[in-house]
Amino acid sequence: MGATLKDATAIAGIGQTPFARQLPESEKTLACRAILAALDDAGIAPSEVDAFASYTMEETDEVEIAKAVGAGDVTHFSKVGYGGGGSCATVAHLAAAIATGQANVGVAWRSRKRGSGPRPWKNTRVQLPTPGQWTRPFGLLRPADEIGMLARRYMHEYGATRDHLFNVALACRNRANQNPAAMMYERPLTREMYMTARWISEPLCLFDNCLETDGALACVVVSAERARDCRHRPVYVHSAAQGLPAQHHGMVNYWNDDPLTGPAWTAARHLWKGADLGPQDVDVAQIYDAFTPLIPLSLEGYGFCGRGEGAAFTEGGALEIGGRLPLNTAGGGLSEAYVHGFNLITEGVKQLRGTSTAQVPDATTCLVTAGEGVPTSALLLRS
Amino acid sequence: MGESARESMSPSVAPATDNRSETADDLLLPVPDDDGAPFWDFAARGELRVQTCSDCAEPRFPPRPCCPHCQSFDSHWQRMSGRGRIWSYVVAHPPLLPAYAAQAPYNAIIVELAEAPRIRLVGNLVASAGARLDSVDPARLRIGAPVKVAFHTTPGGVTVPRWLLERP
Repeated sequence: MGATLKDATAIAGIGQTPFARQLPESEKTLACRAILAALDDAGIAPSEVDAFASYTMEETDEVEIAKAVGAGDVTHFSKVGYGGGGSCATVAHLAAAIATGQANVGVAWRSRKRGSGPRPWKNTRVQLPTPGQWTRPFGLLRPADEIGMLARRYMHEYGATRDHLFNVALACRNRANQNPAAMMYERPLTREMYMTARWISEPLCLFDNCLETDGALACVVVSAERARDCRHRPVYVHSAAQGLPAQHHGMVNYWNDDPLTGPAWTAARHLWKGADLGPQDVDVAQIYDAFTPLIPLSLEGYGFCGRGEGAAFTEGGALEIGGRLPLNTAGGGLSEAYVHGFNLITEGVKQLRGTSTAQVPDATTCLVTAGEGVPTSALLLRS
Repeated sequence: MGESARESMSPSVAPATDNRSETADDLLLPVPDDDGAPFWDFAARGELRVQTCSDCAEPRFPPRPCCPHCQSFDSHWQRMSGRGRIWSYVVAHPPLLPAYAAQAPYNAIIVELAEAPRIRLVGNLVASAGARLDSVDPARLRIGAPVKVAFHTTPGGVTVPRWLLERP
C-alpha cells in the first residue's frame, strides 16, 4: 500500500457569496470573493495557494482566478466533469494531491450565475453530455424529464409515492427556514402547496426541482498537520470516492440491466472501503438534491437502507433534525441554493465545526455526496 | 438478417455538419453521430433495427464502435419486430422549448423492446404516426402497456419512430 487518503488532509476554510436569483457581479468576481473568504476563514495567505480544483462546467479558469486572488506558483490543477457529479471530487482531487506531495494549499471553487443566466437545456446548438439524438427529439429535453423517467419507474417498482418525495422537499425547506442565507429562508412549504403545485415533468412538480441561483463558494484543503494550526477546528477528509458504474449512461441511464442502481452504489462501495466508519456511524448527511427522487436513490446507494427502501426511509421525520439521518441541514439545492452541490460541502464543514444554523448536536461525521444519476463523487468528513 | 454498419453508412438522414435546431414542424431533429447514423437510415425505410455484435450476438444501445462484452468491432443491424412495453413515462409541462410547449403537456415514454428488454427506446405514444405528441390521453399511459412502432416522416423529411398502443 502506498499513501492513504484517510484523514491525511482537512478542509481548513470555507467561503461563500450571498445566494440570490440574480446577483449583479460577474462569475469571476463572485469566485474571487468566495475564494478570498475561504482563505481568510482558514487564516492562510492567498500567496500560499498552489493547487486548484473545480468543475469542467466552471466558466472561470485557474489562470484568471490565480492571478486575480494573488496565488503563488501553482503545481496542481484539475477539473472534474459531469456537472454536479464533480462537486466532492474537487475536494478529493486536492486531498490526493496534497497527500502525495504535489501541493500544499488547495482551493476548490464553484461560481455560477444559473439564476440569471440561461437554462442549459434551452441551448439547441450544443449537444448536452447525454446521447441527445436518442432523447431530445422526443421532447425529453430537461434534466427533470430525464430523472422523472427514473422516478416514475422507481415509484412503480417500490410503491414510492409523492408523499415520500414531499418528505424530502419538506426536510430541506424546514432547514432553509432556519438558515438566513438560504433563498427560501422565509418561505415555508406545506403539503397542500406541494400537492397542488404546477407540474414540471410528471411525476415531478415544481417543489421536486432545485432552485436557480447566482452564487459562488470555495473551500481550502491542506494537510491534517497544517489544518491544526488554522483558525477553526479541522474537518478531516476521512474518505473520498468517485463513481462511474459499468455500462452507465449518465442521466439517461435507461440502457442497462438495472437503471435504478446508479453511480451512488459505485462511489459508496469505494467510500466505505476506505473508511473506518459505516453508514450507521453517519450523524448528518448532505445528499445531492437537484431533484427529490435522488434522495431515496442515494439513501439506498450509500447503504442507509436496503434496495427499494429509500422512499420508506423518509417517513416519520427521518430526515429532520432529531430523525435517523438529518438531511441537507442548510436547505440543500432544493431550498438553500443550487450551486452544483458545493453548498453541501460547506454545510458539512459547518456541521462538524458546530456552527450550522440547524446544528445536529455533537455531530462528528458527515456524508457529503455529489450529483446522483451522473458520474458522481462523495466525501466522508469527520471532526 | 442484418447488414453491416459500414454498408449502411450511406448519406445519413441529417448531415453531421448541420447543427440544425428546429424542423418544419419545429421539433428537434436527431443529430446522429457516426455510430448512430444507421439507426436513422433504417428508420427512414420504416425499419426498427438495433446494432448487434457480429461475434457474440449481443445487441447494444446506444450504438458504439465496439462490443462491451467481447470487444469485437464487427457489428450488424438486427431488425426488431417493433413491439415492446412501456417501461416508464413522463408528462412534460412548460417551461419547454417553444415547439414543445405548443404541444404540452405531452408524454415521453421509454419502450422495452420485446426481443431485447434491456434496450429501451425513448419515444412518444401517439394516436397515429403523424399525430401530435399530446394525441393520447395521459390517463391511458401505463407501465407495462404493450406498444408497437410506427414511423413518422417530418415535413423536413426526417423519419422518427413513434409508438402506438397495441390495444388503443
